[in-house]
Amino acid sequence: MRRWLSRQAHLIDFTLGALLRRKGRNLMMLAVYTLIIFMLASVTFLGSALRFEAKAALNYAPEVTVQNLIMGRHALSPPDWVKKLSRIRGARNIHGRLWGYFYDQAVGANYTLMVPPPRARDLAVNLGEVIIGHAIADLRKVRQGGYLFLLSPSGKLFKLKVIRILPEDSALLSADLVLISETDYRAFFNLTPEDGYTDIALTVRNSNEIPTVVNKITRILPTARVITREDILRTYENVFSWREGIVLAMLATALVAFAIFAFDKASGLSAEERREIGILKAVGWETSDVIAMKLWEGGLISAFAFIFGAAAAYAHVFLFDASLLAPVLKGWAVLYPDFSLTPVVDRLQLITLAFITIIPFTIATLVPVWKAAITDPDIVMR
Amino acid sequence: MIFDPPILALLLAAAVSAVVAIAAALFAVRVLRHWDIRSGSALQIRLERRTYLVTTALKIVMVMQMAALALFVHNADRMAILFTGAMCALGTLNVNQWGMPAFLVQIGVFLTSAVWLLLNRADEMGRDYPFTRAKYAFLLLFAPLVVASAILQWLYFLNLDPNVITSCCSKLFTPEGSGLQADLSAMDPKLALIILFSGAGLLAALALFSSAGRWLHVMLGILGGLYFMLAIAAIISAIAPYIYETPNHHCPFCLLKPQYGFIGYLLYLPLFAATALMLGSGLLAALGAPKSLQQRLPAYQKRLNWSAAVLYLAFAGIALYTILRSHLILIG
Amino acid sequence: MIRLEHVTRIHNEGRPNAVVAVNDVSLEIPKERVTVLRGPSGSGKTTLLTLIGCLARPTQGRIWLDDELISALPERFMTEVRRRTFGFIFQRFNLIRGLSALENVMLPAYPTGESHAALKARAAALLERFGLKARMHEKSELLSGGEAQRVAIARALINDPAWIIADEPTASLDTALVDQFIEEMRALKKAGKSIIITSHDPRIWQADVVDRIVTMQDGHILSVEDVSARERAEEKEQNA
Ligand SMILES: Nc1ncnc2c1ncn2[C@@H]1O[C@H](COP(=O)(O)OP(=O)(O)OP(=O)(O)O)[C@@H](O)[C@H]1O
Ligand SMILES: [Mg+2]
Repeated sequence: MRRWLSRQAHLIDFTLGALLRRKGRNLMMLAVYTLIIFMLASVTFLGSALRFEAKAALNYAPEVTVQNLIMGRHALSPPDWVKKLSRIRGARNIHGRLWGYFYDQAVGANYTLMVPPPRARDLAVNLGEVIIGHAIADLRKVRQGGYLFLLSPSGKLFKLKVIRILPEDSALLSADLVLISETDYRAFFNLTPEDGYTDIALTVRNSNEIPTVVNKITRILPTARVITREDILRTYENVFSWREGIVLAMLATALVAFAIFAFDKASGLSAEERREIGILKAVGWETSDVIAMKLWEGGLISAFAFIFGAAAAYAHVFLFDASLLAPVLKGWAVLYPDFSLTPVVDRLQLITLAFITIIPFTIATLVPVWKAAITDPDIVMR
Repeated sequence: MIFDPPILALLLAAAVSAVVAIAAALFAVRVLRHWDIRSGSALQIRLERRTYLVTTALKIVMVMQMAALALFVHNADRMAILFTGAMCALGTLNVNQWGMPAFLVQIGVFLTSAVWLLLNRADEMGRDYPFTRAKYAFLLLFAPLVVASAILQWLYFLNLDPNVITSCCSKLFTPEGSGLQADLSAMDPKLALIILFSGAGLLAALALFSSAGRWLHVMLGILGGLYFMLAIAAIISAIAPYIYETPNHHCPFCLLKPQYGFIGYLLYLPLFAATALMLGSGLLAALGAPKSLQQRLPAYQKRLNWSAAVLYLAFAGIALYTILRSHLILIG
Repeated sequence: MIRLEHVTRIHNEGRPNAVVAVNDVSLEIPKERVTVLRGPSGSGKTTLLTLIGCLARPTQGRIWLDDELISALPERFMTEVRRRTFGFIFQRFNLIRGLSALENVMLPAYPTGESHAALKARAAALLERFGLKARMHEKSELLSGGEAQRVAIARALINDPAWIIADEPTASLDTALVDQFIEEMRALKKAGKSIIITSHDPRIWQADVVDRIVTMQDGHILSVEDVSARERAEEKEQNA
């Protein structure tokens, strides 16, 4: 075992030297490989970040949401809708929701302001109190027990006591969340109780009855748009499947092109290289040593490309909001007006990425590597 | 079909493996027909050179398959959230009829890969490549397994329907139910633990001290295979409840979940590895030491046996650790 | 001792451009002696060396190294024998460009899996013995002809082989370097190495370190001359 390790160490040592000796070609290979990994990683990172968001969104989403539409645009729902809806059999937990976006000029960030749903007892806030997401706590450098100052759109200053900070792992949605009491909310946005709610949420006792309930709502409230959690889920899935599918299919083509490129590069052995392999074999290297050396070469290139590509993709997706992929994946913006992604990358994703990129590369170079390795050692005598 | 990168990765690995396995099997046929180590003919030299390619490709595929097994299970576990009724990998595997067979065949691929690699190693030690024919004959068994695994995985993943309501471990692995899983769960925990620990001890002891008889050695290989199944049964009936700290949860897959500290991987890995070593060592014994390996083969087998013994003890140690750590008391 | 029995080597066998480079050669090469292969260009000297040195397999015939039949080994084991038994000095030295002298010397021992530190120490000691301590870390293509020659010899010795095989080692060297080469060979012979050299170069065959001269033509052995015996005979004559 020790001998084996030491032999591999020698081979790696030699390989590193060999890679550096043929800098030009290998840098080119590395660049292309890194680009491929960057693209694939961007898509998978973005895909999973969005799935993560979707999941988070769904956790919070009520089973049925009712919105008021005026001239085809989302408008506030009148307060009497709550009463009207409560007449529907099977509908429960009907409550008006208040939520909206707020741009904080002090730090240049967008917040989601919201009144916690009545059933979420652990999120209950009283007048003058606030619960905030960790991102805001970081941005504004406030701690639990401290005070958060917010300047309302109409220029009023609000001083709110921070009673809780939502932890990092509790889904992306909470990162920019500001939970305040209904009174504070209405005062903040200059809304009277007669103005109504942002929308109305309800649950259905038996999930089989959802279509019936939706039907009844549209009959009672003709101007309302009804959105079910299933709708959202389906939209997500649709957008996911085909968009990601198309992107991945495109990338698969790129991957095949890359494999051909790698094959070509590995096949085009220069006379100098062939001679070098001949020398190695003549002085006592075995064919399998040469193969191992060459596989290490591929392995090292893969490793570097993987690290560079994945790191670049991470930066791209999570620091620059996947700006290169935005045109393809714009559909997300419909569901998510304000999308800044929580950096979530797990082991499985990285292993997957390694599988998808390293397998084609290794397989593509295997035959050329073998061809090089069976070079006759007696060529050095010619 | 669910467009998920891990699934694409697994399908890619399966396809590549199948292609390599088929190519290797075709080459194996040529080797079986024409291999003659004493001949210096051009054909023999060509065959010899090609073995380097085939062996390297197979090594890559086998390592890939071992990684794929882990990825397969890990991914199944993660996908459980997508299916109503699934709580762990088992539920995901049960979404359609291909999941379980795909998984079992994948385990078969893992074990045969490992055995082949051991055989290959022994073959390359002998100056006349004494096991070449055996090695390539073995490939003719291995290749269909890999192809079957690939087909099953494709069927499984292509037919994954998120609307299916599946049943998971709490339904299947319960002593009250019927079927194999239920029977496994219903096994007396005391008996299970006796089998697990005494089996590991016995096998380790035999592996360490049986430098003697060839047929004893072969038996040992068979026992290794047998113990593998018994040990899995014991994990289901006794170790799992200890880990979950509830007497009624028997699932062999939930062990792999992060909330149990991935203890399952720690438990299965030595068991799988030890089994592969035992099977390999037994196969070598069955093939018998050729002239060119009179000295080296016994030494090699001894190394395999030692490693297997250490792994068996590690397996037993980890099992014991889970029991001692647990707050559950199954047997007084 | 190396023994060849009816050894034939055909290049490009079975193709129209087939060449019988070595034709039915039977020969014994003694241990701890210096044997020189000579003959006109194309007579098959180099080809015969590749067969002896396990760089290639004979098309027909057998080659024995002591009591070991080495001509029928699979490639993997032929390499093993080659690595353990033979050190090669090539015509153009064949050092790898871009690697230092030290790394070039270490190269043949990589597959043995010796620890890096031990190997490095051994290679450095060898280079020092050849007066190259100061040039150890120089890239091989920047070495002078004489230095490159000595690095090549050091590389041939790193695995402590019993046999040294040199193909036209002096073809491109001036007289001073040829003399130096002969002195190195003398030292190696004294250290118990067996040496085989092919050469066109009269300065080599006339050197007194040579024990035996094998003359080849058209792939055949023309004559085997025991020069040490001849010298001893001459010496005796002179003494008488
Ligand atoms: N790899 C090869 N393929 C085809 N023919 C070859 C090969 N190597 C050598 N030959 C031929 O075999 C014959 C013997 O060549 P070899 O190199 O052994 O001669 P040599 O005595 O070493 O010649 P020189 O003194 O020029 O080095 C020559 O006719 C040569 O052209
Ligand atoms: Mg020549």
